[in-house]
Amino acid sequence: MNDRIEKRMELKAPVSRVWRALTDYREFGQWFGVKLDGPFLPGKVSRGQITHPGYEHVKWEAVVQKMEPEQLFSFTWPHPKSLDKVDIPVDYSQEPKTLVEFRLQRTATGTLLLVTESGFDQLPGDRRLEAFRRNEGGWTQQMKNIENHVAAS
Amino acid sequence: MSQRRSRRAAKRRPRAPVFAALGDEVRLSLIAKLCAGQPYSISQLTEGTGLTRQAITKHLRVLESVGIVHGVHRGRESLFEFDPKPMEETKKYLNFVSEQWDQALSKLKSFLED
Repeated sequence: MNDRIEKRMELKAPVSRVWRALTDYREFGQWFGVKLDGPFLPGKVSRGQITHPGYEHVKWEAVVQKMEPEQLFSFTWPHPKSLDKVDIPVDYSQEPKTLVEFRLQRTATGTLLLVTESGFDQLPGDRRLEAFRRNEGGWTQQMKNIENHVAAS
Repeated sequence: MSQRRSRRAAKRRPRAPVFAALGDEVRLSLIAKLCAGQPYSISQLTEGTGLTRQAITKHLRVLESVGIVHGVHRGRESLFEFDPKPMEETKKYLNFVSEQWDQALSKLKSFLED
């Protein structure tokens, strides 16, 4: 069983533009759906609140790892056992974490973005994610909306 | 901690990393044998591995701790059988996180290209 997630996406925007969308905390917040308290700084904790509908009670907390301009942006973040309101931990620092890495490569038409999330072998295997399961229909619908939006533009 | 929360926590399987349990060749070979559905005894599982009963038992306990195998009794015999649920749940969770990334990256794409 694979214990990491890998995504690649071609973006019709220069590397410098993609870098800004990833590392400027306001721009990141816009597309990711999170209201961040302040800028990303290597080695520092980034805090905020998720703005994604249905998940507004979930707080964002990540530890920025690397910021190598226009090449690599990475952070670790927790995977709480459940996103149910009663289960959200007050302290994320003890929760198991995964590493998220964004790598940028210049292409003829713009930028190739590679995203990996690794370290799932550190997570306990008992997460029921009742909240996720309940919201599964909602997520599927949301993805369709985005697909339609992208296809129409 | 509220009572409700502790009750819910008690219902859960013990916290143990499924991936870590799978990250071993001996354990993977044990699962390969057991996942066909038929329960096996420790002797049967030890046969042909070149390992001791004790070593195999230790590996079985690790798999048992994450709920991938269960001990069952048939008469006087103690057998082990495979339970696919923890692996299915783990896979489901990875798929869920993967879908979240697809969604987030689609948003990033339209944020940059629209």
